[in-house]
Amino acid sequence: MSGVFSPTRAKIDKRTLRTDKWWLQPALTFGVLISFVIYATFRAFENANYFAEPLISPFYSPCLSGACEPGTVLAIFGQPFNNQYFGIGISPALFILIFPLGFRMTCYYYRKSYYRAFWMSPPACAVAEPHKKYTGETRAPLILQNSHRWFFYAGLVFNIILTWDTILAFRNAEKEWGHMSVGTLVFIFSTTMLWLYSLSCHTCRHTLGGRLKHFSKHPVRYKAWSLVSALNHRHPTFAWISLFGVAGADIYVRAVATGAITNFYFF
Amino acid sequence: MTRNVKLRIWRGDSTDGGLQDVQVEANTGEVVLDVIHRVQATQMGDLAVRWNCKAGKCGSCSMEINGKPRLACMTQVASFGDEEVITVTPLRAFPVIKDLVTDVSFNYKKAMEIPAYEHPQNLGPGEARMEQIDVERSQEFRNCIECFLCQDVCHVVRDHEENKKSFAGPRFFIRIAELDMHPLDTLKNRKRTAQEEHGLGMCNITKCCTEICPQHIRITDNGIIPMKERVVDTKYDPVRWLGSKIRKREGIV
Repeated sequence: MSGVFSPTRAKIDKRTLRTDKWWLQPALTFGVLISFVIYATFRAFENANYFAEPLISPFYSPCLSGACEPGTVLAIFGQPFNNQYFGIGISPALFILIFPLGFRMTCYYYRKSYYRAFWMSPPACAVAEPHKKYTGETRAPLILQNSHRWFFYAGLVFNIILTWDTILAFRNAEKEWGHMSVGTLVFIFSTTMLWLYSLSCHTCRHTLGGRLKHFSKHPVRYKAWSLVSALNHRHPTFAWISLFGVAGADIYVRAVATGAITNFYFF
Repeated sequence: MTRNVKLRIWRGDSTDGGLQDVQVEANTGEVVLDVIHRVQATQMGDLAVRWNCKAGKCGSCSMEINGKPRLACMTQVASFGDEEVITVTPLRAFPVIKDLVTDVSFNYKKAMEIPAYEHPQNLGPGEARMEQIDVERSQEFRNCIECFLCQDVCHVVRDHEENKKSFAGPRFFIRIAELDMHPLDTLKNRKRTAQEEHGLGMCNITKCCTEICPQHIRITDNGIIPMKERVVDTKYDPVRWLGSKIRKREGIV
């Protein structure tokens, strides 16, 4: 017997005496995250319907393989990967999704969410977890959570690429500049939320000034740290909205690419 | 104006115990500690309860109210419904002594394991100077009243007794953070020992400590996560490590 049922502790036979709906938040988190994972997995393997000029799905950008549809390849990157390895066709999304996925998987906020919702460690505050042993993030694989900063840096590169995709969304299907569609707005929202999510990140806060001992000697970094600290309060909000934003952008592109809807142009 | 309150109070000691139902009057504006005192005065003369300031500043009356770690003196009776039973138990992460009183000496042992502030040797008494922006981060952690609710709710020790030997807990992680962020503290290796001796890596940042802190200290966001990032600087980031060897950089000691 361990934990709250240890011999020296108050003899109470329930895992928790909480009377509120403590299970609701982890249940919602589980539902939303598992839905996203299922959808993202389907889309990553679908290998189709990710481009509708000028919109490219964020799940497939940058498109780096020989299987990429014409018009989706950025000249700066080219097509360094083949469209198949060992005779197996590989979706272009699979070459890149590890980076945004890794960024979110190692994110301090998402860690809280999925440790609670998926691993029930703990399911909620003051609700006993079901595990007999616990070593936290001290051993493999969870010690790899310390790689968050590398995924953060990669995430910034992706944000730049997606910002470029958003700029390209100011073209029409004939690649003429100066146009704006519903897709443009969807991309602006998605990319803005991704930037806010990245900039409000705890690692960003640490990198900009959190590691300093003397703010007074680094006034510019102190100012940057203060700004990011203000954003950091909203990090969970940005985490969720940006997740919905990027999924929404992909759903929109897919809907346009399959012909389910037409990308309406304002001008 | 008074109302009748249904209480369920845990009574017992380390050998046995259980919840006992009791009804007591509560006046408008009273807190749970008030009605516990009324029970003690009128119905359970030997009820053990630890308290002191009744103002949310001493951290003595920590207990669990309807399963949540809280200060009894800061929990309004009016926050519960008229027919709601208020269940009061001792802290469930620590050994019980009697009724609502637990043995929190674990925390004092952990406190002694944290090396104290180390003053610069070249500064004599009265010579230390610090700017406000250099100390404001640490000052947040000085609001801690050592109620140990964060220690109680932390699942690392609450659900795993065996972890107590290797895990200092959130209260002491903010103590370490306070010292590591102190502009004049000269002790080396606080980050490394935080990870290797005090169990910072065992924290999986599920933020219960922050949620229940009666002082609203952002324990996780401002204390534990910044310390985890500092540990990455010293232990898991070869670029930072190399940079610190080539050019001494602030913060990597």
